[in-house]
Amino acid sequence: MSGTARGWSLAAGLTVAGAVAVWLATASLNNYLLTLIAFAGINVILAVSLTLANGLTGLFSLGHPAFMMVGGYVAAILTFPASRKGFMLPDLPDWLAAQQWPLLPALLAGGAAAGIAAVIVGFPVLRLRGHYLAVATLGLIFILRAVVNNLDGYTRGALGLSGIPRLTDLWWVYGWAVATIFVCWRVKQSSLGRTMMAMRENEMAAACMGVPLARTRLLAFAIGAILAGIAGGLWAHLVTNLTPTSLGVFLAFQIVVMIVLGGQGSITGAAVAALGLSAIANLLRPVEQTTGLYGLTQIVVALVLIGVLIFRSQGLFGSREPAFLQGKAVPSLPERQPATPDNTDPQRGST
Amino acid sequence: MSDYLLQQLANGLILGSMYALVAIGFSMIYGIVRLINFAHGDIAMIGAFTALAALMAADLPIIVVVLAVLLVGAAVGLAIEAVAFRPLRGAPQVNGFITSLAVSVLIQNTGILVLTAEPRSVAFPAFLSQPIAGLPITVDLVDVLIVVLAIVLMAALGAIVNRTRLGMAMRATAENLDVARLMGINVNRAIMAAFAIGSALAGMAGLMWGARYGQIDPMMGFLPGLKAFVAAVIGGVGSIPGAMLGGYLLGLAEVLFVGLLPPEYAGFRDAFVFGTLILVLLVLPNGLLGRAAEDRA
Repeated sequence: MSGTARGWSLAAGLTVAGAVAVWLATASLNNYLLTLIAFAGINVILAVSLTLANGLTGLFSLGHPAFMMVGGYVAAILTFPASRKGFMLPDLPDWLAAQQWPLLPALLAGGAAAGIAAVIVGFPVLRLRGHYLAVATLGLIFILRAVVNNLDGYTRGALGLSGIPRLTDLWWVYGWAVATIFVCWRVKQSSLGRTMMAMRENEMAAACMGVPLARTRLLAFAIGAILAGIAGGLWAHLVTNLTPTSLGVFLAFQIVVMIVLGGQGSITGAAVAALGLSAIANLLRPVEQTTGLYGLTQIVVALVLIGVLIFRSQGLFGSREPAFLQGKAVPSLPERQPATPDNTDPQRGST
Repeated sequence: MSDYLLQQLANGLILGSMYALVAIGFSMIYGIVRLINFAHGDIAMIGAFTALAALMAADLPIIVVVLAVLLVGAAVGLAIEAVAFRPLRGAPQVNGFITSLAVSVLIQNTGILVLTAEPRSVAFPAFLSQPIAGLPITVDLVDVLIVVLAIVLMAALGAIVNRTRLGMAMRATAENLDVARLMGINVNRAIMAAFAIGSALAGMAGLMWGARYGQIDPMMGFLPGLKAFVAAVIGGVGSIPGAMLGGYLLGLAEVLFVGLLPPEYAGFRDAFVFGTLILVLLVLPNGLLGRAAEDRA
């Protein structure tokens, strides 16, 4: 998939194979299982899109659920039946209350809104580094939650939007997952992606080589946010209700787990880890319910994460993609060193 | 000064005492190992439940409960350091705080597993909730004790850090870990001391939270913990006096924000705190009392 003919045909083959799998699934599986698979697909979109900022650029953001909330609310308000908007969302301006869009434009509008939000927020927040960025983006979730709670004429506040039409199906999720992987893969293999990785390895050296730091950071953040916004829209139209607390810190944590397990910067890794983690969560859920041990899944996931960070901090794939997907046009970059002397230098700020 | 404003100031001081105690731990641990411990707020939760257990099951006198909470907090801090953070020493910072996030999720969910997510009420001895007579505002004995105890603990901390050999070792390690080790300082001991002391104070804040608000649950620590981190940032992460100052400033600001603005803004309380964080980081990245971090290639 690196621009060579072989890469393109491999990509096309994988896409078709996936489509066949989706077709087989929709033909044979029941609704419950299909919904679970759709959730796993949304997780793939989330993990792969967050890879741009967290994995490639080294900007540790926990704000994905905030952008999902933006995209989800915008898309849901747009697709909501016009006949019910009048009394449920009284503050909507008349021209907006009269709209009832199909899913695709609503998703795109949600993604655009999330992207705009990311650019606005990114200007101040992306000047921060390391933990500060992590906490500030975590703060975004709480800030947005407060805003949604208090704009109840537009969002129904804490009650949340319920009865959103169930427009998302497995095909929609699959299509967007393929699109997300394609976009992120192309970004990674482009000069923009190399720029991002250069910033991750050493920001000052990258700046000396002429990398525009602020612009690259904002791009990584905003592209990820647009895709997160679309994922939020898909999520809302799958669950059919959306409250200010449905997308929160736990979700942020889970997406981060997927990225770390997959290897920070590896798109294949993020996708595989997203699918694997979703499967584990769904397998453990019945165990939780029959034994009454609620919280077990999260405990297992947290322990696995700590174990991976201690014993294999590069995750499944490190920052690479598996060789058979790489083609041979692009020489692979050296692995990230797990420990550099810089990080133990207390005079140094966050890396 | 109107009674209403005075009451708000008193409430802010009480909330600020708790924030300050948690923020100190954030700052001490960051100062020594450059790690933001997201699980710090959850240690406060453990402190609160320790108090509950000590009061309900054993019916211990309040002084013993306080000591038990301090000990359990310190033990939990030491355990977390040994199991999760020591193996990661020298790894990139990102790994450290992802781990701390995982520890936080682990503690919360273990809490849910063992105790269920149901909030519980803590029954402190009745004499604590007696109002202090003769004041124009409502202040209970427990509120006074919270503020006094916080100040006593901070004074004790100051004495340890500034007057003992261990404190000197901690300051040296915070200054420069490698050089401190070269000077023959037992760096591990200094790091363990920071975790133990910081976590004991956080556990204490949890006890106070339960005593003041009456209800505790396994998730109670996370959001106040994040807010205490904001307090530490306001004061300058790494500076202990800064954490105290930041804690009180944030407590007062949060209470006054809710108390003085029209009620429709009250829902923006959390948004206000995190908005403040972003603002402080942009305008005053080193906080009020922090030192500038050098950026080297």
